[in-house]
Amino acid sequence: MASEGYHEPVELLSPRTRDHHRAIVSLMEELEAVDWYDQRVNATDDPALAEVLAHNRDEEKEHAAMTLEWLRRRDPSLDEHLRTYLFTEGSITGIEEAVEGGEADDGGGGGPDGSLGIGSLRDAGLSLSPLS
Amino acid sequence: MNNLFHELAPISDSAWAEISEEATRTLTHFLAARKLVDFNGPIGYDQSAISLGRLHALDAQPLEGVTASSRQVMPLIELARRFQLQRSEIDSIARGARDADLDPLIDACRDLAKAEDTIVFEGFDGGGIRGLATASPHQAIALSEEFERYPNHVARAVAQLKAAGIAGPYAIALGPRCYAGVIEATDKGGYPILQHLGLILGGPVIWAPAVDGAVVLSQRGGDFELTIGQDTSIAYVSHDADTVTLELQESLTFVAPSPEAAIALRYPA
Repeated sequence: MASEGYHEPVELLSPRTRDHHRAIVSLMEELEAVDWYDQRVNATDDPALAEVLAHNRDEEKEHAAMTLEWLRRRDPSLDEHLRTYLFTEGSITGIEEAVEGGEADDGGGGGPDGSLGIGSLRDAGLSLSPLS
Repeated sequence: MNNLFHELAPISDSAWAEISEEATRTLTHFLAARKLVDFNGPIGYDQSAISLGRLHALDAQPLEGVTASSRQVMPLIELARRFQLQRSEIDSIARGARDADLDPLIDACRDLAKAEDTIVFEGFDGGGIRGLATASPHQAIALSEEFERYPNHVARAVAQLKAAGIAGPYAIALGPRCYAGVIEATDKGGYPILQHLGLILGGPVIWAPAVDGAVVLSQRGGDFELTIGQDTSIAYVSHDADTVTLELQESLTFVAPSPEAAIALRYPA
């Protein structure tokens, strides 16, 4: 069965968008399953069942993480945001203020760390050779 | 505020934007190694070393019968190039001037780019870094001023890499002396030498001011890795009534897991 989650005629969507849709829907389903298992673990009075359900719930988290990583590798904007917020400490909204404040307050850098953001120049079209 | 202290500088937003844009444009023009080798990072200002995955056995033992080894790491090198801008020039940018004198910034960018490329191509003994040309186990191919013979030299280099089991595509980094000759020369049939080199290599031909002679290297990946901790940044240092002192900074190291994937082409001493 085709996905019912499309909001535009599927024939107008590129293969890339359709694959991203598949991944996003999968990620939603995995996180929804985590939520459902979480509630069942909380509701049951049987400790053995709670243990099995918690195990299953945590497996869904692994699936969600793998799908998110697939998306991150293909979505530069998502990659940038995840790099900004994930595995940090302290105020999460404070990170946003620091990032956006840094961007607004001075034009001193192209990277989120205030650097010029030059990075790799491979495939930058800067070769002298017409072959590259 | 981070380690660059931009907030302390008497520099307007528009002037910072102009300074950053000029620096990026200049660095992108001069930097060559970043166009040719694998890039790792930026791994962050707070990172001090990369792991080499090897052990160094220590003579000392913490307890009889128990040996000790230290993990080998390659420390990141911090580069800094200080420069001064006139405050009157900086202020003129905010007023809309499009010809502000940023030459000290451009000079600093040229120097920092040359330093980075020198480390990658030629190495830096003081920092324990072997460059890809100096680490190559292949005997350097001798160059001459006969630029029409360059395709022969490059074909020899490619053949030598192939014989060593190094797959292509290949690229060449041309030092200033080579570049000037190659860009002007044609072979006997009138075909530009530059185009001919591209055909032999199957990869890019890069102008590399820091290279002595030229270097041919594989582009298959996994052979040479430049690690950047803090990517090139402009830091505020100090100011007085007339000038602002800034500093171009970066931290980096370079490793060549497969030094046999490059071969130097040198002019005789």
